[in-house]
Amino acid sequence: MNEKEFIESGILELYVAGALSDQENEEVYNMLLKSPEVLSEVLKIEASIISLTAMASPSDPKYLFASVKEKLGLSNQVVPIRRPKNRWMAYTGWAASILLFAGLIWLFNQKQQLESDIQTVETEKELIEVELEKTDQKLVETKQILSIIRDKNVISIPLTGQAVYPEAYAKAYWDKDNDKIYFDLQGLPTPPSGKVYQIWSLTLTPLTPTSLGTIDDFTKNENKIFTLENIYDSEAFGITLEPAGGSESPTMDQLYTLGAVETNS
Amino acid sequence: MDLTHLVKRFQKKDEKAFETLYNMYAESMHGVIFNIVRDRDIAQELTQDVFIKAWNNSHTYSAKKGRFFTWILNIARNTAIDKTRSKTFKNSKKNLNAQFFVDILENQENLNSRMDALGIQNFVKKLANKCIEIIELLYFKGFTQKEASEELNMPIGTVKTRNRNCINELRNMLNVNS
Repeated sequence: MNEKEFIESGILELYVAGALSDQENEEVYNMLLKSPEVLSEVLKIEASIISLTAMASPSDPKYLFASVKEKLGLSNQVVPIRRPKNRWMAYTGWAASILLFAGLIWLFNQKQQLESDIQTVETEKELIEVELEKTDQKLVETKQILSIIRDKNVISIPLTGQAVYPEAYAKAYWDKDNDKIYFDLQGLPTPPSGKVYQIWSLTLTPLTPTSLGTIDDFTKNENKIFTLENIYDSEAFGITLEPAGGSESPTMDQLYTLGAVETNS
Repeated sequence: MDLTHLVKRFQKKDEKAFETLYNMYAESMHGVIFNIVRDRDIAQELTQDVFIKAWNNSHTYSAKKGRFFTWILNIARNTAIDKTRSKTFKNSKKNLNAQFFVDILENQENLNSRMDALGIQNFVKKLANKCIEIIELLYFKGFTQKEASEELNMPIGTVKTRNRNCINELRNMLNVNS
């Protein structure tokens, strides 16, 4: 079959229609490779069929391509005109999110810092309050001491240093009405460990010592004023250094101070 | 660019080549599909489906088996016919059998097509009735020559020559002989 006969047979029209068998298709294909004339004829048939079928299209589907690409997940040129705007908006959105996030972190840190600051201030305030309370307490004690010293009914008795420690001195303030006696021991040295000062009430004729008690918290007491009970008709007071716990009778060679009550007061 | 090269690039997933081929054939496929389903929305959807299938199955095309146009035409016809066989479609559409592509052309308002409305109507009038049916079966419906010969109740040889004459007539009207 020569080219012309081949063309005239109508096989090429069926070839374009897809109405041939695989074997016939290959036959035509081989013919196309050999003959430009046959190829040209096929192109013309194809062009006319493309035109005819396109005429049956109710609308131009060009704009659907964007949607096809989108469905295939192809390169984002879905709506080319709006793309830069979208990108811009996306970047802006991301930037805004990051800024917001950073801002939140900053605020959170600020809040933590402030909370920590408040905590510190509160602790300081508590410490100051404790100090203030201590000071108040001291003030009360001091006032109390002052009021005792000033009280006209309270007898003041100076106790002077004795042989064992001549620099020692002490003062007693005796509130006879309330059976209380206050010893100001600021002039005594701190007792060595295992030893305490013991305070004695003395009557002179005959010389009889009676223990008023031991000073167990000498170091702890800051103003060194100690309160004791005294129900006796004391004529003098003495202070000796004794082993912790005190003694039955005073160790006379450890007598630190001694003072007599003035009889005219 | 020549078609062979274009198709090769398309098969290598070149999107630009894909777009060029789409622009070459989409309207044509849309016409074929619309002729089968007769529903604008469905036709649009199926046209997209056809090109999605073409992209996903591009490796299955071989020039030895036929023209690229024919390959994609087959996808279009099969996609549309499959749709008409679906239950939902059958329930909503009936009686498509008696319709031919010329119905569309006669009522055509599509100004995008290569002919204006008047030209199309003249064309339909001129196209011989014996041609309408054979073109419908072979190009729009995808009948094989054997199926067409059975449907038209004429020997295969006659189908071939009559179709050749009809396409010649079409080519003359469309001026694609130069």
